[in-house]
Amino acid sequence: MKILVCISNVPDTTSKISFTDNNTKLNTSGIQYIIGPYDEYALSRAIELKEAAGGTVTVLNVGEADTEPTIRKALAIGADDAIRINAFPKDAFYVASQIAAVVKSENYDLILMGRESIDYNSGLVHGIVGELLGIPSVSPVMKLDIEGGKAIMSREIEGGKEIVEAQLPLVAGCQEPIAEWKIPNMRGIMSARTKPLKVVEPTDVADNVKLLNYELPAPKGACKMIDASTPEKLFDLLKNEAKVL
Amino acid sequence: MSVLVFVEGAGGEIKKSSLEAVGYASALAKKINTQAVALVIGNYSDDQISSLGKFGASKVLSCKNDKLSQPLPMPYASAIAEAAKKENADTIILSRSSVVDAIASRLALKLGAGIVTNVVDLPDLSSGFKVKKSIYTGKAFAFYDLTSAKKVITISKNAYSAVEGSGSATVEAFDPQLSDSDFKVQIKETQKATGDVLLTEADIVVSGGRGLKGPENWNLVIDLAKALGAATGCSKPVSDLDWRPHHEHVGQTGVKVSPNLYIALGISGAIQHLAGVNSSKVIVVVNKDPEAPFFKAADYGIVGDVFEVVPKLIEAAKALK
Ligand SMILES: Cc1cc2nc3c(=O)[nH]c(=O)nc-3n(C[C@H](O)[C@H](O)[C@H](O)COP(=O)(O)OP(=O)(O)OC[C@H]3O[C@@H](n4cnc5c(N)ncnc54)[C@H](O)[C@@H]3O)c2cc1C
Repeated sequence: MKILVCISNVPDTTSKISFTDNNTKLNTSGIQYIIGPYDEYALSRAIELKEAAGGTVTVLNVGEADTEPTIRKALAIGADDAIRINAFPKDAFYVASQIAAVVKSENYDLILMGRESIDYNSGLVHGIVGELLGIPSVSPVMKLDIEGGKAIMSREIEGGKEIVEAQLPLVAGCQEPIAEWKIPNMRGIMSARTKPLKVVEPTDVADNVKLLNYELPAPKGACKMIDASTPEKLFDLLKNEAKVL
Repeated sequence: MSVLVFVEGAGGEIKKSSLEAVGYASALAKKINTQAVALVIGNYSDDQISSLGKFGASKVLSCKNDKLSQPLPMPYASAIAEAAKKENADTIILSRSSVVDAIASRLALKLGAGIVTNVVDLPDLSSGFKVKKSIYTGKAFAFYDLTSAKKVITISKNAYSAVEGSGSATVEAFDPQLSDSDFKVQIKETQKATGDVLLTEADIVVSGGRGLKGPENWNLVIDLAKALGAATGCSKPVSDLDWRPHHEHVGQTGVKVSPNLYIALGISGAIQHLAGVNSSKVIVVVNKDPEAPFFKAADYGIVGDVFEVVPKLIEAAKALK
């Protein structure tokens, strides 16, 4: 089986977010970049599937040269080779169009990615890739097995789950607990340096949304403390002050 | 020209988040001097369907095709696209949900529309079509201009309040053309928790963390939730330890919630947990550790032992009625 895993290069969850240039650019100083956590679940499942049934796992990232450490980490976790589409990932439609252009010539059986990236939280790339390629997409997938050329999945819904079946090829937007999260070992880290990483130039994509600027939420006021001996006072405040009861 | 809004249901009821979307669509329609048309797919009572008029829809398209009895993204996207064309809709509004991401992405492509998800406010139309979107899991906002002729927007839950008025809507049957190629995914089984308040739709959420010590103490969380008519949630270790089901796990890797009131009992407030709750309107924290990071994100705090404080809260909550 030929599996493609699309990964995003995103600020670590614990990053403090701030902006520069009149709120038009992310302030990247002090930010550590990681593989999108949902994408990392997808990668872990791809490697498990390969270990169980053979095949190849290729990772793909739409990003400029500075994302290569993140791609190398995916190779260290166990992907066989990598593709970097040399472009700034400006929005979901742009990223999905780049992915679809690469996939068209390669015939992957399974395209895995996270349910959303943790920077823009758009949750659109899987669906757009599926639509562009004319193949099914399912998200958010919590369990995925391949049986007789079909994918059997469990998909999260509000307050429960659905068991879903689809023919390959398929795009899946993944989330936990789809796989055990894998930590690269020494051998993986060493071999990642020599695994192939192909750089592909992007295709032109028309713009239909334009990012203008960013804003930080208003700072939180101080937390009002209530004495533990009279916790019922909380409800007066919730009713009369916060007006949420 | 019109604004089309997709209405989703759960368990035979129209979702509160969809009513918010209808309200949003109707407010937008007013701004641009047009009407809001709601598309409802599924078997709902006549009362439920016509009640959409009270939330601002001028017209409701009701689609009861059996082939669409399950919420499959591909045929739903096709059906909504067809309705958008029929109603000459320039803007299509959906409320974000586990199924809407997959629908909205395909819908935007079918219409050649620009799309922005997680929108938290009405568009600013003073120059262009400017929307505000929540990013970095609630840590910031981004403003986008949708420059395409057609636009698809998904709004975040609780970003817009649904207000019931006295309007009424005309109801029209709608039966879209369905193509076999849209049925490549099949739902074999649906497993749903019943009877509880749905976590993602709830106005109030009471969550418990590892501070509860074990599943045998969960009655504290459940009883407080019951007394307040709230849904229950938990932190990740709690679901990892199987004290509570996975679908209750709130946070970055779990469910994201944005209720009016979030009450956290014995939860430290790690950044990954906050990422799922920081767009709640009001946060209350009970933790015995005054240094717990959750107090920095909270509006009201009680430093105390959950085993002493929560029983008193339950009594007081029962007395509220
Ligand atoms: C990639 C990644 C993703 C993650 N995603 C999530 C996520 O989506 N959601 C999530 O929740 N976590 C997530 N986590 C885990 C997160 O970092 C924390 O470990 C977790 O939220 C801690 O849960 P907790 O507060 O219940 O437990 P603990 O950290 O054990 O904290 C328990 C708290 O209870 C208090 N306490 C103990 N006893 C009492 C008592 N008797 N009365 C009152 N208070 C008491 C303690 O003071 C403490 O603050 C993620 C971690 C990683 C690395």
